Amino acid sequence: MPITASLALTLPELILSLGALALLMVAAFGGDGLTRAIGWGAVALLAAAGFSLTGPAGNGGPGFDGLYIADSFSSFAKVLIYIAAAASILIAPGFFARTGQLRAEYPILILLSAVGMGMMVSASDLLTLYVGLELQSLSAYVLASFMRRDTRAAEAGLKYFVLGALASGILLYGISLLYGFTGTTLFAGIADSLGTGISTGEMFGMVFVFAGLAFKISAVPFHMWTPDVYEGAPTPVTAFFASAPKVAGMALLMRVAIDAMGSGTDAWRQIVIFSALASTILGGVAAIGQSNIKRLLAYSSINNVGFALFGLAAGTPEGVAGTLTYMAVYVAMTIGSFLCVLQMRDADGQPVETIASLSGLSRSRPALAAAFAIFMFSLAGIPPLFGFWPKFLVFDALVKAGFWPLAMIGIATSVIGAFYYLKIVKTIYFDEPAADYAPSDSKLEGGLIALSALFVSPLGYLAIPALGVASMAAARSLF
Amino acid sequence: MGFPILTLMIAIPALAAVACLFAGASAARWIALIATLVDLALGVVLWTNYEIGGPQWQFVEHADLFGRFAWALGIDGIALLLIVLSVFLMPICIGASWEAITKRVPEYMAAFLLMETLMIGVFAAQDLYLFYIMFEAGLIPMYLIIGIWGGADRIYASYKFFLYTLLGSVLMLIAMLWMVNFAGTTSIPVLMQTDFPADAQTWLFLAFFASFAVKMPMWPVHTWLPDAHVQAPTAGSVILAGVLLKMGGYGFLRFSLPMFPIASAELFWLVMGLSMVAVVVTSLIALVQEDMKKLIAYSSVAHMAFVTIGLFSFNRQGLEGAMLVMLGHGLVSGALFLCVGIIYDRLHTREIARYGGLATNMPKYALFFLLFTMASVGLPGTSNFVGEFLALVGAYEANSWVAFVATTGIILGAAYMLVLYRGVVYGPLTKEDVAAMPDLSKRELALLLPIAAGVMWMGVYPESFIAPMRADIGAVLARIAPTAPESDAKVVVGPVPHAAAHAEAHH
Repeated sequence: MPITASLALTLPELILSLGALALLMVAAFGGDGLTRAIGWGAVALLAAAGFSLTGPAGNGGPGFDGLYIADSFSSFAKVLIYIAAAASILIAPGFFARTGQLRAEYPILILLSAVGMGMMVSASDLLTLYVGLELQSLSAYVLASFMRRDTRAAEAGLKYFVLGALASGILLYGISLLYGFTGTTLFAGIADSLGTGISTGEMFGMVFVFAGLAFKISAVPFHMWTPDVYEGAPTPVTAFFASAPKVAGMALLMRVAIDAMGSGTDAWRQIVIFSALASTILGGVAAIGQSNIKRLLAYSSINNVGFALFGLAAGTPEGVAGTLTYMAVYVAMTIGSFLCVLQMRDADGQPVETIASLSGLSRSRPALAAAFAIFMFSLAGIPPLFGFWPKFLVFDALVKAGFWPLAMIGIATSVIGAFYYLKIVKTIYFDEPAADYAPSDSKLEGGLIALSALFVSPLGYLAIPALGVASMAAARSLF
Repeated sequence: MGFPILTLMIAIPALAAVACLFAGASAARWIALIATLVDLALGVVLWTNYEIGGPQWQFVEHADLFGRFAWALGIDGIALLLIVLSVFLMPICIGASWEAITKRVPEYMAAFLLMETLMIGVFAAQDLYLFYIMFEAGLIPMYLIIGIWGGADRIYASYKFFLYTLLGSVLMLIAMLWMVNFAGTTSIPVLMQTDFPADAQTWLFLAFFASFAVKMPMWPVHTWLPDAHVQAPTAGSVILAGVLLKMGGYGFLRFSLPMFPIASAELFWLVMGLSMVAVVVTSLIALVQEDMKKLIAYSSVAHMAFVTIGLFSFNRQGLEGAMLVMLGHGLVSGALFLCVGIIYDRLHTREIARYGGLATNMPKYALFFLLFTMASVGLPGTSNFVGEFLALVGAYEANSWVAFVATTGIILGAAYMLVLYRGVVYGPLTKEDVAAMPDLSKRELALLLPIAAGVMWMGVYPESFIAPMRADIGAVLARIAPTAPESDAKVVVGPVPHAAAHAEAHH
């Protein structure tokens, strides 16, 4: 395959990297005054990258001699990643302007992170995977401590970096084991080798790879960093962490599990089932005692990742499609919830993060309260909100694959999670009002909240046919 | 496809709910009242146009909107009656909240209208997943109604209500997924004719049972009900007792019995055992209550046990009796909660001992309260008599011991209802604040009169209510009759003279 054809497959990544470099120049010479314009420029680049998926980059097949693949699976994940990244850029200026940290690097770091995530979901070789993952992670470490003078943010960044480096080490160790025992880093080659039987060394390699990737999606037992980092990082960055990298990590995990280790499904399924159940249970139980809304949402994301993993545990195209749909709806719910958190500001405009401060929000800000309640009920998976649908799909896939006892246990754990989502709704609707928040000052944020609330409202069900076709096509390209 | 009347009935309250959110308090009351009255009118149209003896499923609508499942609606006689009950009670609920609710009226009315949408949706859904979504979605408005407008302990009650019912329903969802994968369709009418493997039926039945038993509620998972009732506002109690509990009975009749007949027969003693315990135990608990609403709540559990006894008696009398108990209880318990609400609005206490002697200063109230008390006891000429009598006849045919235990519930029922009535209405009028209470206002009269008329109608001429569902009960019977557990009563069917005399002696 000529190099130009291979390059055409990476068009979105090319657009984003070159664009990010150009914007970096603008930032260097234009200063922080141009931050908002750079933000819009970054969103335009993300849109262009998304648009380029309609070409060969969307479904062109493998390139660079098998190191890289552009299929409908990667396109589906990339669209989600770009949407989440764009939203994280749009919601940031208001927040940083109020805290006096409006800096032009923010949108650029998000862009670079998006490049890394694009590589992750398109990787069909363990080393491409690793390079993409590190590019994403390095941007994320910087983003976590973006508010340099804030000790919490610095702590979050450091913690994230140390634990992230550890996870990368574990992943690399797994990759080296797999390479040593199979003689290749290509997914296809690994799949061939595993197809003839799994040696102990290969098994160890698989376990380490899974452990490293579980860290990236913060699945139990590799979730410890999540609450601290989510709490310490600036809220727009937390919104970003909770959405786009989760999609990328989950997509990557699915591709590795199915493409490279498809013949070892029975072996890794146990890991995934354990991790899924542990995540839903721990994500539910540990959240109950939280008093900080960002920590609570961190546990909520652990909980939701657990449910998404149930789809992978099924190991069927339906399951993978369910997990993809899960991530799509999850992105909308998460961005929406964090947008609501961004509205939590005291009279001086400083961010407030206690759950108690939400008391009686339904009387001072009825529309915001309603949106918050919609996101909470949706995260809990209560119909008729759209958050029910992806849970339905992953459990349907489990039942179809014959794992109905697991589905019974898994869905019962969703009741634990429902408890703390209800707690938020209770605080908002039933409790006596606390001090009012500062009035909203951004039409854009309000519009984004309304948009995501509409998507997870019952109207979202009208998207099922389209979403179903797209996610199924994406899932089929893995099998 | 004809005129989409069911969609219209679902859409009107939904749209009105949205409109309420953008309206002021007084406008929201009127929007809610008009919307529910329009739905009532449509309900009457539905009933008059329902063709008795016509096709099993009427007013059928089908649209493949959602990919995996469809917007499929359609009703048989059973669903028709429950829909009519819902739309009949809704304007009364709005009327009951007219003055009692003063805070956050638009949200309150919106929550009620949303409830109405979902209730009609549950009874009209012909698609399994559509049913589940409607069934489950009712949790949200009810959670808000109890939690925002309830009494002092409302938060505990709202959690209990939500989490209990959620745990029950999610297990049912897994069973539904399995059924659809097995049968390859989400259509309820088709699934009702599907023969599931016998060993799977037990598990499926238990999963559905987990949901319906909580909703019904059956002993021992009934404990959410007294808490929720006591803490809910009056109209919330009315709708909870009047319609929401019926979803459990409807579920048994629509899903458990016709879809899993073998398991239903196998687990006959599970259901009957729990029901028998419920009849006796909850009646005794009701007997010692000091809170009026709690007493009526426990009596609801006892009455719902009659429903399950009737449903699992595997014969026509039992099934029709269970349906009539559901309808009758919907009217009577709703009316009783209204009666409690009327005096609660005046004195702001539900303690029986705080009242007494109301017959003197509130004669009209005493009259209506007496009628509904007697109806709850099951006096001939009232709705509950017909239902409970039929259910007990059915139970006797199924198993005489069940009938024996259940009948004691009637006696206990008379005891606790009379205790309630005596404590509130009879006795000397000694308390000054009680003596100062005015009799029924025109609004309250307008709320109680239609229910009273319904109770009498159902008691005197139940044929109006039995006729639409006769064929549909027959359809359920056709599915369950082959597996019916053996009876110990050995009832002889047919005009054998001595058998008839024997039966008469028993009743």
